[in-house]
Amino acid sequence: MKLLIYVWEGVKIAYEALRSYKLRSVLTTLGIVIGVTTVITIVALIQGLNKAFTSQISALGSDILYIDKFPWMMEGNTFWVYRNRKNITLRDAERVAELSTLAEAVAPTLMTRRPIKYQENQVEGAIIVGTTELYLVTSNVVPEFGRFLTANDVSHHRPVVVLGSEVAEKLFPHSDPLGKRVTIGGYKFRVIGIQEKRGSFFGNNLDTYAYLPIGAFQARFGAQFRSVEIEIKVQSPELLDEAELELTGIMRRIRGLSGNAENDFAINKQDMLQDTYQRLTGTLWAVAIGVGAISLLVGGIGIMNILLVSVTERTREIGIRKAIGAQRSDILLQFLIESMMICALGVFIGIALAVALAKGIAAATPLPASITWWVAFLGLGFVVTIGLFFGIYPAGKAARLNPIEALRYE
Amino acid sequence: MLIQLQDISKNYQIGTVSVTALKSIHMTIERNEYVAIMGPSGSGKSTLMNILGCLDTPSGGSYLLNNTNVSDMNDDQLAEIRNREIGFVFQTFNLLPRANALHNVELPLIYNGTPASKRRSQAMEALEKVGLGDRVHHKPSELSGGQRQRVAIARALVNNPSIILADEPTGNLDSKTGDEIMEIFETLHEAGNTIILVTHEEYIAEHSDRIVRLRDGLIERDEATNGHV
Repeated sequence: MKLLIYVWEGVKIAYEALRSYKLRSVLTTLGIVIGVTTVITIVALIQGLNKAFTSQISALGSDILYIDKFPWMMEGNTFWVYRNRKNITLRDAERVAELSTLAEAVAPTLMTRRPIKYQENQVEGAIIVGTTELYLVTSNVVPEFGRFLTANDVSHHRPVVVLGSEVAEKLFPHSDPLGKRVTIGGYKFRVIGIQEKRGSFFGNNLDTYAYLPIGAFQARFGAQFRSVEIEIKVQSPELLDEAELELTGIMRRIRGLSGNAENDFAINKQDMLQDTYQRLTGTLWAVAIGVGAISLLVGGIGIMNILLVSVTERTREIGIRKAIGAQRSDILLQFLIESMMICALGVFIGIALAVALAKGIAAATPLPASITWWVAFLGLGFVVTIGLFFGIYPAGKAARLNPIEALRYE
Repeated sequence: MLIQLQDISKNYQIGTVSVTALKSIHMTIERNEYVAIMGPSGSGKSTLMNILGCLDTPSGGSYLLNNTNVSDMNDDQLAEIRNREIGFVFQTFNLLPRANALHNVELPLIYNGTPASKRRSQAMEALEKVGLGDRVHHKPSELSGGQRQRVAIARALVNNPSIILADEPTGNLDSKTGDEIMEIFETLHEAGNTIILVTHEEYIAEHSDRIVRLRDGLIERDEATNGHV
């Protein structure tokens, strides 16, 4: 109860003091404002990126393994080492499917870029994927109209195609594509299905894809110099690590690697992207925290400075308060509250600016920035920490003033 | 016995030189006395006032206030004693410039944790006693010198202290206003308060019942005034 009275009195005194020196108070908070704005904006950006990344990466599926010639993340100049590896073949994919006990579905894929034409309309650089009916399982690709490739299409190497939604829209602006014959890289294919809209994956428009039976793909676009990517859906996400081990063993057997030879293939997964992403944003975090910490430090020193001025200016007031019974702790509390209130003012302005900035960034650039409830806690943390840390010295100085000398101070 | 000073001395260290402000003071003050402390500058009267007001502690001797030895209390204990036992009235009023009269008078009550509503009523009562019931929301800058000193007196009274300690209370006032302030002290004395007045003006000291004259850190004379007792 007594403490409550002191705190409330402290708040009133600090409010009066801040009000009497409006310009000075606002200028003092500038450092804090800049620091808080920086930290919160960058944190908001990172959070936005995280959200975007998570939703992007979910397109890959957490229970899918990808066997490739190249690892997704290469360090330094190692590309040339991987390039000399033996291509992964369709036969490899078939053996993997035969031998793996943990795979639910195995789909080999080949990719190339070719223009797709229908009468006058053309889509340049569409991504042509040769695969099997199991691609439906490994990639979550669902046709919106018609159907996906069937086992029959695949085994008979039928010249059929499933179009991505954007390809279909561009080629057939006014008519039904199903059953029509499109020309892909000079070869005719009959449209059997159209995929639902998928959006983009790290800048790749997933709706400009077209899917063919892999045999038909190889017959027309060549098989010899292409390495197959084998997509494996594992029976459950918990079995991912075990499946990776199993697949490594199978691939080594298939490719006839001796006991101590290095793998000549890579097993990729969603996690690898996540790890790389976290490494990258980790650096960003460090920079944000560094910049923010420096501004906050400068801001804190500003607060300390102005409080020291304030203590000197109000020496007489402190003397009066002490003469009529204020204890050291009362004076200490009073100036700490004042310190925290200046800080709170800065944090408040900083948060307001950061929110505006994040909205602006989100509106003006493709970078998503999101600010949520955590800002309030972060702000409170700043207020208490900075306010106490930089307020304690001036407040202590005020508390220790000798009342007789303070009363005599002009 | 309200105040008992025994062999009080006070030395200050100024650089390497030790200055003796009080040599040996023996004095007792009873409840409801009205005492003036007089002396030329350098006589030690400010030092004595600071010790009596518990703003400072003596270098030697003992000071019993209400049978409590306050001579070797620490800062916070002294602050508590000041808050409870002593009401100060200063020459320069020493009001908080940004606070209104009511808040200035409430101040001692804030530091002993009196709840807001009680604080307000007690402060109002004290302001009415000094005839400022209609000026409670004025800031010091909006009040005359005499009115400011009355606010200060109200602040000194509000906590019902054992002693009202007034240091040259009329020093910054014209003589007419000074007389009015002295009348208030008179009234307070009649109402049962103990008043200690520090002054160098003979005619101000004449208002008291007893004058203690200091010289060179010693009590030179301690006698009842004419017309009183």
